[in-house]
Amino acid sequence: MVKAKIATTSLAGCFGCHMSILDIDERILKLAELVEFDKSPINDIKRFSGQCDVGLIEGGCCNHENVEVLRAFRKRCNILVSVGECALMGGLPALRNGIPMTECLKEAYLDGPSVVDGSIPNDPELPLILDKVYPCHEVVKIDYFLPGCPPSADLIWESLVGLLTGREADLPYELIKYD
Amino acid sequence: MQEINLKALQGEIKAIAATEGNQRTRLINVVRKVQAAYGQVSDPMIDLISEALSMPRIEVEGVVSFYHFLSKRKLGRMPVFLNSSAVAEMMGLKEVAAAFEKAAGIKFGEVTPDELLSLSWTSCIGMSDQEPAALIGGLPFVRLTPEKVFSIIEGLRSGKSPQELVEKLGVGDGNNAHPLVRSMVNNHLQLSGQVLFSSFTNGAALRKAVSLTPEQVIEEVKRSRLRGRGGAGFPTGMKWDFCRKAQGGEHYVFCNADEGEPGTFTDRVLLTEKPELVFEGMTVAGYAIDAEHGILYLRQEYQYLLAYLEDVLEKRRTAGLLGKNCAGKAGFNFDIRIQMGAGAYICGEESALINSTEGRRGDPRDRPPFPVQSGYLGNPTLVNNVETLAAAARVVENGAEWYIVFGSGQSTGTKLLSVSGDCRRPGVYELPMGLPVRMILAVVGAENPQAVQVGGPSGTFIAEKDFDRKICYDDLSTGGALIVFGADRDIMSIVYNFACFFESESCGWCVPCRVGTRLLKAKLEKINQGNGTLRDLAEMEQWGKIMKSTSRCGLGQTAANPELTTLANFRSIYQHRIKEDEYLTGFDLKTAVAEACEATGRYLQDE
Ligand SMILES: Cc1cc2nc3c(=O)[nH]c(=O)nc-3n(C[C@H](O)[C@H](O)[C@H](O)COP(=O)(O)O)c2cc1C
Ligand code: SF4
Ligand code: SF4
Ligand code: FES
Repeated sequence: MVKAKIATTSLAGCFGCHMSILDIDERILKLAELVEFDKSPINDIKRFSGQCDVGLIEGGCCNHENVEVLRAFRKRCNILVSVGECALMGGLPALRNGIPMTECLKEAYLDGPSVVDGSIPNDPELPLILDKVYPCHEVVKIDYFLPGCPPSADLIWESLVGLLTGREADLPYELIKYD
Repeated sequence: MQEINLKALQGEIKAIAATEGNQRTRLINVVRKVQAAYGQVSDPMIDLISEALSMPRIEVEGVVSFYHFLSKRKLGRMPVFLNSSAVAEMMGLKEVAAAFEKAAGIKFGEVTPDELLSLSWTSCIGMSDQEPAALIGGLPFVRLTPEKVFSIIEGLRSGKSPQELVEKLGVGDGNNAHPLVRSMVNNHLQLSGQVLFSSFTNGAALRKAVSLTPEQVIEEVKRSRLRGRGGAGFPTGMKWDFCRKAQGGEHYVFCNADEGEPGTFTDRVLLTEKPELVFEGMTVAGYAIDAEHGILYLRQEYQYLLAYLEDVLEKRRTAGLLGKNCAGKAGFNFDIRIQMGAGAYICGEESALINSTEGRRGDPRDRPPFPVQSGYLGNPTLVNNVETLAAAARVVENGAEWYIVFGSGQSTGTKLLSVSGDCRRPGVYELPMGLPVRMILAVVGAENPQAVQVGGPSGTFIAEKDFDRKICYDDLSTGGALIVFGADRDIMSIVYNFACFFESESCGWCVPCRVGTRLLKAKLEKINQGNGTLRDLAEMEQWGKIMKSTSRCGLGQTAANPELTTLANFRSIYQHRIKEDEYLTGFDLKTAVAEACEATGRYLQDE
């Protein structure tokens, strides 16, 4: 059997969603039987080796590099899944969305009470910040959404196995209830 | 604010609070008075009000931030509130808005340096038959044109009062010319029927009522099959019966004159021409449910009628139709007070209206308990629409048999329609219930319309194929609004206007409505920008259904109607604007990084 190829990335996220992926514990061995990891922070592969079946996205887009990575994922992955609140809605980083970006930069780097001789970071290595934090589906088409902050390991496992094996995922209420 | 000022201010605000008995339930009145006196309710003023009324600051701030006509930031001494309704847009709003900005030398949202003028937007002010219309210094100015705007602003600058300017522009018809009104508003009462706008002798209904027992009065209303005219169509007699039988403290009668549904202005004309009939209806209801207090909740937009209405009440007291032993009935004491609103569509929802009257934000309440069980200050409360109460008075006066002759089937009596948009004779029509739309269109002089909006934004958009449907509870129900759109109107921009209306009027309490109204608006923007796809239409329908089934009150439950009914009846206008692509986001990286490029002096390398 040809193993499915899977790629993952963390955009404007905290890596909590990736930790939750690892939280599937020993099931990771089963996962390794089902899939082969392509580009992902889990194996530290930096470049796509070819077309992938599934891409898991953690985090939304807060800078232009995020957008480029996300677009590359869209190109290289047949199915794209938004994983976690940040990818779905922007999450914590999107708290800045109510404040104009220039104001944010000024407060952080020029006028903040603890700033001495401030300047707005401007290294060419740094990606350009977007006017606001965008959820992934506002930038590219997303096929599936896994809610939670982070989504539980069981939810990720169930959905992923369902997706890979083509059987309907068994998602009891407890798995997708958040209060 | 200066130290010395603050001391003086403290005294003044204490005095204002004292005029309302320092009662926190009268908070709306207190903040309205502060707003009128200072052109704002600033943070220090909020502190002082909360101190004077011994209530949490946050509650005062919550109220100030809730209503359109209350402002933390200072407005001009002559604030201009231009209404942004869809009909106003059709009648030249854009040019009028530009004229205001040019004449005042400021943008909307700003105040002139001399603090004379401020320009703000507001929702429909109930003048759809004479748009564009604005409130200036509290008075309605209608049928505005750029020329009129320039002369009004010039007049204000030269020290003329808004009333003097109204006199110069000419007062309207009927009681709009009454010495206590003197408004430039026109009634446009195009057709008087036999129930509401026929002649009525003061006290006739009340005398008839008190000659019967309260139970007999309720029975008569039940037999008339009169149903609520405010939109929901609840059987009036049954509501009175529930309220009469409700256990609890004192009973209250509320007359709902919030009339915020864009395109609706029937209450305006009833209150201008037939206030006695409305008050008589309230008094009859008071007798029927054993209440001593009536409250007319009047939207702030209609404040120009306040002095006149107070005078009508005073005359009724003198005539023995209000007060102790009303209409000579020993032991029947009933009086009416007027509660002013402060600008909020949601306050027309009955439980929000009650909250507002108790001095709170106009958030709706959970139901049950219904107002008839636990309403104003926890007491059994009857809330009826202006027209319902006026009709109920006539029912009791002339009997149910007389009443049911007008109308058809389950929809008895006459209905007031407020017609606006593309027709030759906009205005108010009293028509029998059950007439087909097509017939009404002929009566109002609407030639070849492409669409009719029945019931305002929360109602239904219908196309030609549905013009034989009837205006009644079993088919097309309306609180009164009927907006006609001619052949060359852009339906999408009208839907967008309605979407903006709901987004700004959602009270924000529950997620489906607060978020849903914003998402629908964003979808329309996306479609208008040429980035819409079939998937977007499907999502709008999906979300609209969620809003309908999960919102907490009628606002959210109907807020998706403009989109849902046009997607059903005018799908082609959407189809023309969407793209074939399976998915488009409308995201543009260059625009998204523009600000960062500006701040850092860098630019995006070409992708
Ligand atoms: C958002 C919203 C706005 C409303 N606005 C009004 C209004 O302006 N006038 C009115 O009479 N009813 C309005 N209603 C309906 C009232 O809640 C209530 O049903 C009505 O006042 C009852 O009176 P009726 O039985 O005589 O119609 C509104 C309802 C909602 C949900
Ligand atoms: S959703 Fe939660 S766990 Fe996942 S990246 Fe965002 S903040 Fe971290
Ligand atoms: S539906 Fe809208 S207006 Fe009604 S309670 Fe919810 S947020 Fe408020
Ligand atoms: S906390 Fe309740 S919706 Fe976000």
